[in-house]
Amino acid sequence: MLTIKDLCASVEDKEIIRQLSLEVKPGEVHAIMGPNGAGKSTLGNVLAGRPGYEATSGSVDFKGQDLLDLDPEIRAREGLFLAFQYPVEIPGVSNMELLKAAVDARRSHTGQPELSAIDFMKMAREASKAVDLDQSFLKRGVNEGFSGGEKKRNEIMQMMLMEPSLCILDETDSGLDIDALQVVAKGVNAMRSPDRSFIVVTHYQRLLDFIVPDYVHVLANGRIVKSGDKSLALELEAKGYSWLEDEVA
Amino acid sequence: MSEQVEQLIRKEYAAGFHTDIESETLPPGLNEDVIRFISAKKNEPEWMLEWRLKAYKIWLTMEEPEWAHVHYPEIDFQSISYFSAPKSYEDRPKSLDEVDPDLIETYNKLGIPLHEQEMLAGVAVDAVFDSVSVVTTYRAKLEEAGVIFCPISEAVHRFPDLVKKYLGSVVPQRDNYYSALNCAVFSDGSFVYIPKGVRCPMELSTYFRINEMNTGQFERTLIIADEGSHVSYLEGCTAPQRDENQLHAAVVELVALDNAEIKYSTVQNWYPGDENGKGGIYNFVTKRGICHTRAKISWTQVETGSAVTWKYPSCILKGDHSIGEFYSVALTNNYQQADTGTKMIHLGKNTKSTIISKGISAGHSQNAYRGLVRMGSSAAGARNYTQCDSLLIGDRCGAHTFPYIESAHPSAIVEHEATTSKVSDDQMFLCQQRGLDAEKAVSMIVNGFCREVFKQLPMEFAVEAGKLLEVSLEGSVG
Repeated sequence: MLTIKDLCASVEDKEIIRQLSLEVKPGEVHAIMGPNGAGKSTLGNVLAGRPGYEATSGSVDFKGQDLLDLDPEIRAREGLFLAFQYPVEIPGVSNMELLKAAVDARRSHTGQPELSAIDFMKMAREASKAVDLDQSFLKRGVNEGFSGGEKKRNEIMQMMLMEPSLCILDETDSGLDIDALQVVAKGVNAMRSPDRSFIVVTHYQRLLDFIVPDYVHVLANGRIVKSGDKSLALELEAKGYSWLEDEVA
Repeated sequence: MSEQVEQLIRKEYAAGFHTDIESETLPPGLNEDVIRFISAKKNEPEWMLEWRLKAYKIWLTMEEPEWAHVHYPEIDFQSISYFSAPKSYEDRPKSLDEVDPDLIETYNKLGIPLHEQEMLAGVAVDAVFDSVSVVTTYRAKLEEAGVIFCPISEAVHRFPDLVKKYLGSVVPQRDNYYSALNCAVFSDGSFVYIPKGVRCPMELSTYFRINEMNTGQFERTLIIADEGSHVSYLEGCTAPQRDENQLHAAVVELVALDNAEIKYSTVQNWYPGDENGKGGIYNFVTKRGICHTRAKISWTQVETGSAVTWKYPSCILKGDHSIGEFYSVALTNNYQQADTGTKMIHLGKNTKSTIISKGISAGHSQNAYRGLVRMGSSAAGARNYTQCDSLLIGDRCGAHTFPYIESAHPSAIVEHEATTSKVSDDQMFLCQQRGLDAEKAVSMIVNGFCREVFKQLPMEFAVEAGKLLEVSLEGSVG
């Protein structure tokens, strides 16, 4: 699915990711944890191709293609989805409108016919129900006046409709209360399948109680300093990150 | 765009409401003889000629206004030809294959059906095509309702009393430099009269008056809605309109008598010039309506064309409880300049006005909102709400707001809200991360920004307007 080799990346000429390597196979869930400023969000943004996040060396293979060579919208159409940490508002553009255009773009890219408005509406209603958002949210402006939790659930709803092959969740748990967290986790778990992979970026172990990862990686100073299974997350919860940073130093 | 094609575009389609003029073109220049010639060509009665000549004399004493936030080389009014007959049938392209492919591509992007493309491109079609029969049924239905909808040149002959009474009653000859010029040399335009208590059975559209497209640079429109009547009028179309005449100075007058309602929607897409700012139409328009007691006038405009736009559709709220509305989207790209807005003149008691203006600037363009809200000394209880939003795309364009508020009555309430925002990188990236390319992303964001105005447009116009923005924004990103 995704093979990252010796990736270095900078933001505004400052190197944030340093020689990072990671292999994600189909169906796997990888959690990326680490202290603030470790480069967790940068990794997600570099993979999604956000302008200003520049890969300076190394390679990323996504389903047999050189990911770094693709425009951000092509990455998305190929099935890479980034659930944003801070979803932005787009006033006046309805959720439905954005989503229909998004789903159509992905479908026509993969040679599938566009969905009829009625079929799409049906799908969208189901997805909104799955993340516990009232249907009225489909008609509202994208994230316009949504609460923090509603924005995050909206991201998961978009993820469901896009049917990506690789989902990157960038601190989706931040700012969520426990109920919303469970809704989000339920949505993600329902999407788990042998041909879909997840990279779950989080600061806290809490989310991983609900979305159980196959692997946990600790990112510090732009590198993966430790990898393990889900028990590593519990260890981090108990001991914090500083012992690892010390260990690396 | 070659000059040849531009000429083709402004040719007359030889059917429908055909104005009878011989193939003759006047040499450039303006004097009394030219005005006599135009009037004679139209076989006008003496009073019409006198009215034109009076306007001409007024125009000679006036000076071109310079207060607008637009810059363009001085116009030599003696170098303009004030009467040009359309090209003959034989000189037209025989099929769309002979028309500039760029233009055809734009038509296709806008989803304009083939027949209409032929009409817009001035193709000589032998067969009587759909729109002609549409026009005929359309006319019959209007006649049944007693609605008059005809070229103003025809109205001068058939309805002289109405024309005499109302022409110049809202925009007087001496109103401004361009309106005075228009009064002197106006070519043609629409005349509409809705009888008392009649609700016009359909939307009136210049689109169905094919020769409207060739009425040239000095269009004149007069709409009279008699007591208790209702009409919705659509001007222009989303297809790009090319014209070799650089200066356009139209006048539109609306009269809404007691309890009448006029909704006037415009899509203006005159040639804006190329991406380097070369060429393009100067569009200096005067549009104004007067509302009598409990009458309502609503202006909705989508302005994407022209190199320079100078336009302020206005309402004089003369009657008590009358209502004026102005909904505007003005988009400028490349080197376009727009100075547009409205005037709401509150004279009657409890008059109400709403102004929603959305300005979008891209490229190197300059986009100004200029609006006047005047509460007269008799306007007790009058209210205005103004919302004026600007959206910038890129960092080489400009957005400007010039609100003028005058209140002479203590009980009048004026509210003004203004915002300026940019299409943010975060918004762009969100759209791209969902699979949309940059141009689609911008057009979606801009369409969202304009939503409040688009929902005022008649349904099919609104869909077209969305597509139009998309085409007009091409090249504004990346």
